[in-house]
Amino acid sequence: MSAESQTVSKEDGFVVFDHVQKSYDGETLVVKDLNLAIGKGEFLTMLGPSGSGKTTCLMMLAGFETATHGDILLGGHPINNIPPHKRGIGMVFQNYALFPHMTVGENLSFPLEVRKMAKAEREEKIRRALDMVEMLDFINRRPAQLSGGQQQRIALARSLVFEPDLVLMDEPLGALDKQLREHMQFEIKHLHDRLGVTVVYVTHDQSEALTMSDRIAVFDDGVIQQLATPDDLYERPENAFVAQFIGENNRMTGTVKAIEGDVATVELDGGTVVTAKAVNCGDVGGRTTLSIRPERVKVGADQGTNRTDAEVLELIYLGDHIRCRMRVHGNEDFIVKVPNAADNKRLVVGEKTSVGWETEDCRALDAT
Amino acid sequence: MSDATGPIVTADGVPLKRKLAQAMFRSRARAFGLALPLLAFIIVAFIIPILTLLYRGVHDPRFAQFMPRTTAIIQKWDTKSPVTEEMAAALVADMVVARKERTIGQVATRVNRELPGTRSLFTSTARKAKKMKPPYLEALIKKDRKWGDNATWQAIKITAKTYTPAYLLQAVDLKYNADGSITRQPERYRIYLKLLIRTMRISLIVTLATLVLGYPVAYLLSTLPVRTSNMLLILVLLPFWTSLLVRTTSWIAILQSEGVLNNLFVLFGITTDQQRFSMIYNETGVLIAMTHILLPFMILPLYSVMKTIPPSYVRAAKSMGARPATAFWRVYFPQSVPGIGAGALLVFILAIGYYITPALVGGEDGQMISNMIDFHMRKSLNWNLAAALGAVLLVVVLFFFWLYDRLVGIDNMKLG
Repeated sequence: MSAESQTVSKEDGFVVFDHVQKSYDGETLVVKDLNLAIGKGEFLTMLGPSGSGKTTCLMMLAGFETATHGDILLGGHPINNIPPHKRGIGMVFQNYALFPHMTVGENLSFPLEVRKMAKAEREEKIRRALDMVEMLDFINRRPAQLSGGQQQRIALARSLVFEPDLVLMDEPLGALDKQLREHMQFEIKHLHDRLGVTVVYVTHDQSEALTMSDRIAVFDDGVIQQLATPDDLYERPENAFVAQFIGENNRMTGTVKAIEGDVATVELDGGTVVTAKAVNCGDVGGRTTLSIRPERVKVGADQGTNRTDAEVLELIYLGDHIRCRMRVHGNEDFIVKVPNAADNKRLVVGEKTSVGWETEDCRALDAT
Repeated sequence: MSDATGPIVTADGVPLKRKLAQAMFRSRARAFGLALPLLAFIIVAFIIPILTLLYRGVHDPRFAQFMPRTTAIIQKWDTKSPVTEEMAAALVADMVVARKERTIGQVATRVNRELPGTRSLFTSTARKAKKMKPPYLEALIKKDRKWGDNATWQAIKITAKTYTPAYLLQAVDLKYNADGSITRQPERYRIYLKLLIRTMRISLIVTLATLVLGYPVAYLLSTLPVRTSNMLLILVLLPFWTSLLVRTTSWIAILQSEGVLNNLFVLFGITTDQQRFSMIYNETGVLIAMTHILLPFMILPLYSVMKTIPPSYVRAAKSMGARPATAFWRVYFPQSVPGIGAGALLVFILAIGYYITPALVGGEDGQMISNMIDFHMRKSLNWNLAAALGAVLLVVVLFFFWLYDRLVGIDNMKLG
């Protein structure tokens, strides 16, 4: 899947943010000129650190916040002036927001009752929704009698029971423990595949975003830093923030000396000259940040095109691989993941060796 | 496992339960020790006085103590047959002693409560008792014809009881008769039930008024940013820091017929100078002043409960298609019920025993049961009836407490 085939134009987007800006205090913009088109049936994740504006975007889409400027379109119609209860958007909240004074069945019945649906039809839909999340046996329980994971499933079923075309999820798995969270990620993903509903998902957990999403919009400082598929985002980050935020990353700063095609020659601050893939590094003479993934670094002699000296500072045994902290060009936090393969030489702390990488694995990005 | 049937023991063979109890004893003893001063204070300053007063409501030993002979002999009298010489002799003998020991006043007061007008009958007869010669009955009747009336002796028979239900019955407008029967009080003496009902009506109206006025304020407080809400909360609490007396009397200044409000009404032509509203020294004045004074007791529990309701509930309801009014009534309101219950119970129980405000602004028809208790404590000095009225009030409060527990559940109450 390439980034091009996933692009959705503003004309045929199901949800469209058109030059949306948001300010709470009239002095600073929380969301700066947001342009985003989400296709029908897509699973799009808004990923970013707290305060990056992602939740504000979700709340504007749900109708609980109003955009200071710009239009939000749903199915081609601007919804800025439509109150939340007329938007028909399902929503899952961080703390689930299950009504504590109602049973599970009554919770699911609520959206159907306000739609004045007949009792028989309601019951049929409730059963189907609960069956979908495998919680049919809990129909008469109260939310307080359920575990976190079970409450999460009910919240999911409740957001889907009235069959909305769009479901928003605001860090729905944040309160669960790691194992359950990973399990629920797959369940939500499978539900999305089965129902074909459009999902806009907000999280600050990058592995969650990578696992579930069709596309990820990485937010920082009120701006989408990059909008791409998970593999693109990890392998082809377009700027230093994305490279740093998604996955582990070794950074080296330097000055661009020459650019030939898409290969940049960079002189590192330590004096060494290396080659890297020119992505977002500006012109010759400009500053740049080089980014390389720890698993793309090879340890030992005769390996890779960019060879340089390194000293082993620390080794952490992690079973399938050994995490090795090294000193490279004065950088003492250079991380290398050495696969625990039979033919790999064992490293020793204090050992002087060399590391190397392929030019296309090292990306020259903007200086930060 | 075979061990599962027998008691579990520790490694050295002591039953686990006993070992645990030993281990827990020290911490329990320390906890109890910490609570002991307060416990002792409550027992001395709260429980004992209440029990003593309640006891007074059914226990009145004065007549039996000071008139022992009469007491002994009148128990055998069937209240219908004519008064015997024996009874008269006992009475005269007792009166001689009582006059000498200056206890006849207390005895006369006691009997006077059962049969009004007997006070002077007792004191004046006692003055002559020493010189009376047998037959005593004739001597008594000669002194005053009332001694020939069975009603006088029936009153004596009632008062001779050390433990008597008479006060409690009087507190609910019932009369305990000498033959042990219970009848309603004569029409003109039925005042306490009417007063009790008025007290409950005023308390209910005040509770509803504080709820209607306080709910939106509490909601506003709970949704505002912390800095603003703290500021407003101080304004809500401000009345607490002002003397109750000052607040009540300032209502007099505002509400009286030449007061601020009436002057404004006249100024804006809502009423004429001759027909000023009477808003004070009546029930209206009591309602207005009490609602104002008790409002914080409603707002605070409501606020503390509402603060714990996350805004995401109403948002969730709206996202599911509920109109704002539906979202409020079906999602927000049910969750604020514990606060309503706590606030209403607090205000109602405080209101039902309210005293200063009705005393100051109540006038004739704004008096409540507490004012009557005060009257009997300080003016009529009928402490037994005051105690009985207090007991009735306590029972009413406990009844509403029970009712609340049945309807809302005491576990649901949240005060903060």
